[in-house]
Amino acid sequence: MVDYTYTILIPLIPFVLFILIGLTGHKMKPIVSGLIGTAGLGIAAILSYITAIRYFWTDHLAETGYKSIKAFEITWLHLTDKLTINLGSLIDPISVMMLIVITTVSLMVHIYSIGYMKGERGYHRFFAFLSLFSFSMLGLVMATNIFQMYIFWELVGVSSFLLIGFYYEKPSAVAASKKAFIVTRFADLGFLIGILILSFNTGTFDFQLLTSPTGPAITMPGGAAFMGLSVLTWSLIFIFMGGAGKSAMFPLHIWLPDAMEGPTPVSALIHAATMVVAGVYLVARLFPVYALGAPDALTVVGWVGGISSLFAAIIACTQTDIKRVLAYSTMSQIGYMMLALGVSGYGGENGLGFMASNFHLFTHAMFKALLFLGAGAVIHAVHSNDMKDMGGLRKYLPITHITFLIACITIAGIPPLAGFWSKDEIMVAAWHHNKILFSIEYLVAGLTAFYMFRLYYSIFWSKETHYHHTPHEAPYVMTIPLMILAFGSIFAGFLPFHALVTSDGLPFESHLDWSIAIPSVLIALLGIISATVMYRKTSAIPDKLAGFFGQTYKWAFHKFYIDEVYLFVTKKIIFRYISAPVAWFDRHIVDGFMNLVARVVENTSKLIKGFQSGRLQQYGYVFVTGAIALVLIFVYLW
Amino acid sequence: MNILSLFILIPLLTIIAILFTSNMKQTRVVSAIGMGIQLILAGLLVFLYLTERNTGNTAAMLFYYDAVWFPTLNIHYTIGVDGISVAMIALTSLVVFAGIFASWMVDYLYREFFISLILLASGVFGFFISLDIFTMFLFYELAVIPMYLLIGLWGSGPKEYSAMKLTLMLMAGSALLFVAILGIYFYSAPAGSQLTFNLLEIAKNHIPIEMQRFLFPFAFIGFGVLGALFPFHTWSPDGHASAPTAVSMLHAGVLMKLGGYGVFRIAIYLMPEAAHEQAWIFLILTGISVVYGAFGAVVQKDLKYINAYSSVSHCGLVLFAILMMNQTALNGAVIQMISHGLMTALFFALIGMIYGRTHTRLINEMGGLMKVMPFLGVVYVIAGLASLGLPGLSGFVAEMTIFIGSFQHTDTFHRVLTIVATSSIVITAVYILRVVGTLLLGPIKNDHFLHLTDALWYEKLSTLTLLLSIAAIGMAPLWLSDMINFSLGPIVEKINSVATVAHLF
Repeated sequence: MVDYTYTILIPLIPFVLFILIGLTGHKMKPIVSGLIGTAGLGIAAILSYITAIRYFWTDHLAETGYKSIKAFEITWLHLTDKLTINLGSLIDPISVMMLIVITTVSLMVHIYSIGYMKGERGYHRFFAFLSLFSFSMLGLVMATNIFQMYIFWELVGVSSFLLIGFYYEKPSAVAASKKAFIVTRFADLGFLIGILILSFNTGTFDFQLLTSPTGPAITMPGGAAFMGLSVLTWSLIFIFMGGAGKSAMFPLHIWLPDAMEGPTPVSALIHAATMVVAGVYLVARLFPVYALGAPDALTVVGWVGGISSLFAAIIACTQTDIKRVLAYSTMSQIGYMMLALGVSGYGGENGLGFMASNFHLFTHAMFKALLFLGAGAVIHAVHSNDMKDMGGLRKYLPITHITFLIACITIAGIPPLAGFWSKDEIMVAAWHHNKILFSIEYLVAGLTAFYMFRLYYSIFWSKETHYHHTPHEAPYVMTIPLMILAFGSIFAGFLPFHALVTSDGLPFESHLDWSIAIPSVLIALLGIISATVMYRKTSAIPDKLAGFFGQTYKWAFHKFYIDEVYLFVTKKIIFRYISAPVAWFDRHIVDGFMNLVARVVENTSKLIKGFQSGRLQQYGYVFVTGAIALVLIFVYLW
Repeated sequence: MNILSLFILIPLLTIIAILFTSNMKQTRVVSAIGMGIQLILAGLLVFLYLTERNTGNTAAMLFYYDAVWFPTLNIHYTIGVDGISVAMIALTSLVVFAGIFASWMVDYLYREFFISLILLASGVFGFFISLDIFTMFLFYELAVIPMYLLIGLWGSGPKEYSAMKLTLMLMAGSALLFVAILGIYFYSAPAGSQLTFNLLEIAKNHIPIEMQRFLFPFAFIGFGVLGALFPFHTWSPDGHASAPTAVSMLHAGVLMKLGGYGVFRIAIYLMPEAAHEQAWIFLILTGISVVYGAFGAVVQKDLKYINAYSSVSHCGLVLFAILMMNQTALNGAVIQMISHGLMTALFFALIGMIYGRTHTRLINEMGGLMKVMPFLGVVYVIAGLASLGLPGLSGFVAEMTIFIGSFQHTDTFHRVLTIVATSSIVITAVYILRVVGTLLLGPIKNDHFLHLTDALWYEKLSTLTLLLSIAAIGMAPLWLSDMINFSLGPIVEKINSVATVAHLF
């Protein structure tokens, strides 16, 4: 067996950096903390690349199919005879792929942030949190068991909370961070319940055991347990709830647009490329259990993904905050990935959806990080998030412009850029499995091209805005990451994913299906052309169109009022109709009863204390009266 | 000299030494030294205990010592510890040590203050080392009495009312408890043999099931009052709100744990049959405590009230887990007692420090404090994260052990209740983040707050002691968990040998 023990260093390096920068950062020069963080992540990235090259190529694992290797494991906590929580690192195709995604994007974001965060208060705090996040995310993907995943799942949640609320003096940032944490926490409750049910029935947390086709999970006796679904199905649906929360799937997506309050590099790293795909990763990690043990749960995954991708794409067409457009776009693309998992089977060509989902995850990380970092450069230049304040920026920001354009073409799915290849695989998988979901994806492909080019034109073309300060291109420390990611966005599509990342570890033949690819490209072109007509120069068409859609446009603009529904539930129901009455009940009924007891005792004592007056006459009087009364009773009534 | 007796002797010597001090500085230095020695001793005890276990000593109680002090009724001074009491003793010494530094600036009747505080601590130590249930009860009362004086004299707000309420409610609990203890005393010994209060002796005997049915509620509720069992928890918000910082720390951190410990050691351990029969009633009550306390905390405005309600929820979880009566859940309960003790003591210390600067505890009047007092702010955030169960801090270990343990129960009713209890993790997040968001983050609301100072050395020492312990347990829980588990094994076996689990559904 090949030794991968050193992979444990990959998450540990950022952890050490977090402690180091967190405790001593305020004594360093700001730039030093940034450089240390970046250097550390660079080492982690190199280790990840070495691991990937060894695992996929030089260690000759391909001949027997890529197996999952437990490189390292320690016991962290004993629970019962069977259940222990272990921490370790698991090496298999998807975790190695995620290592590449996370360390690459994280490294780019680190370099970019050295320039972007320049002059900010809390520069070292920012880098400490970035390290914390990288540690947690790496620990999450390398988890050997579902409980380790849950541990790091919570840790990425808190890193995200800390980074969204980075500008903690800004009330909107504080509110957004709170919202993100509580919504995902609610989803995590589902995850936890799922783990409880799953571990109770299988007696293990271990991924290798759980996903083994002969393991306790998949061979668990089926049969309806509750509402027509088996226990395993229920537990997987609950676990997926956690994934849906983290991955901002409808209806748990409401935190993601608000999370854009965080610094833009954070949005690129956490809310575009890595943390939000954790839900996809979770389903992919347990994929054999879903596919073989509980296909019903997988159907739920597919539909949630499909609905989310359409829902988000419609909203993205109406938003004017560039980061929010990108946020909805992220949600939409993750919907694609979920859908791809939902329409996948297990093994060989059946597992096309699984491969496509991971493929899209990979390419999406490249181009979406690029889009966010590009948007960051734009915001850096014009000091606004709103596309109304932008226009004609192509002259001022040439590098940002070109790289942003590349990303837009990629996400629109135009060949031969990366997005085309991964999206096409998803289309093929959907076509063979579910025609309704397939048609939803065609529609979304058109919408995606439309809103991305709407964004692109509004920023870089459109009207000639007059700026107070002439916008200027970002420094090289920011543009070089853009160029590297642009390179990735162009060429990542040529990676032979079907030979590397498959549901059962065995390669299969995959070929382009032109009958599906050509219409999808045409639809994308249609979207691009209509965006060009409407937004390349200022025109009246968008407003007319908005008027034409009337009520629908209004609903989409207000994000279908989902936020309002949540506000109603939390503010009205939880605060006003549960918590406030509970607090009142406690003070007035429960405590009131205790006080009542005390008062009764007090009043009783007041009532009878007259007998203890200390006056002899009274005692004598009472004594004589009592004696006479007793005599009368004994003599006459007995 | 038995090492355990030192835990009572050192506080008494410290108290005597305090009598000879002549000013505030001397008093607090003497107290700090005394409790510092106590802390070192606790560390030594943990070390000695683990070494002894490693050499293969499997006796139920180590460092056992027995002496009669009231032969007429066969009352003994019997002491000994297992993994559970060792953990509780370590917790107590940490909290007391931190409490001394949190009350560094007490100047009103300072000598009496520190004497009462240390007297309280010695009562708690005595409780945890005792194996004679009468002596145990005696030490328990010893801890409650100074509490009344501490709140009544050094408290704030409606302190007489709060002190009276707290003491009377706890005394009512004691009365119930006393009935239970006497009942156990008279009915546990087999016919013809001598009556005994010795816990280990009683455990070997069998109390008739009719008596168990009658006595179990007395013991459970008697200790439950102390452990904030719904609906007998209302002393807690008022008592904490009025109590001075160190007293809140000790009370919520340690004294409330006497409840959980007592329920486990006396009610469940000695009367397992009745426990199995009646557990479902109390499971419902504690389940209510868990969720109800959390909801209650969401709308509170006073920092101490928030923490008091949060304690109701967290301590409810302790009793909840104890009633599940399986090894994992019980282990979780003990870890939760320790975790909550450290956490809540840290919270009360921080609240005291913030109140000392801003002179208000209403969260709406504060805001943006992170900017002016970054140290206290960061510690508060970490304590909050521990409270809402973030991995890497102690709360997570405790809660997860409890949830997984409780969910291993074979009965569906118990598992459904467990799911209800897990929902508290979301509500906890709501109130913790509400406090953090309003109190520490956002813009500074009041210009006076701009000139406030950050923590001073003794405040840092106090908070860091607790914080580091929380992090240590959170990151490397295995040794603690194993230490507790070892002692739990035979106990759980005894509890579950007597009766099959009652299935409600």
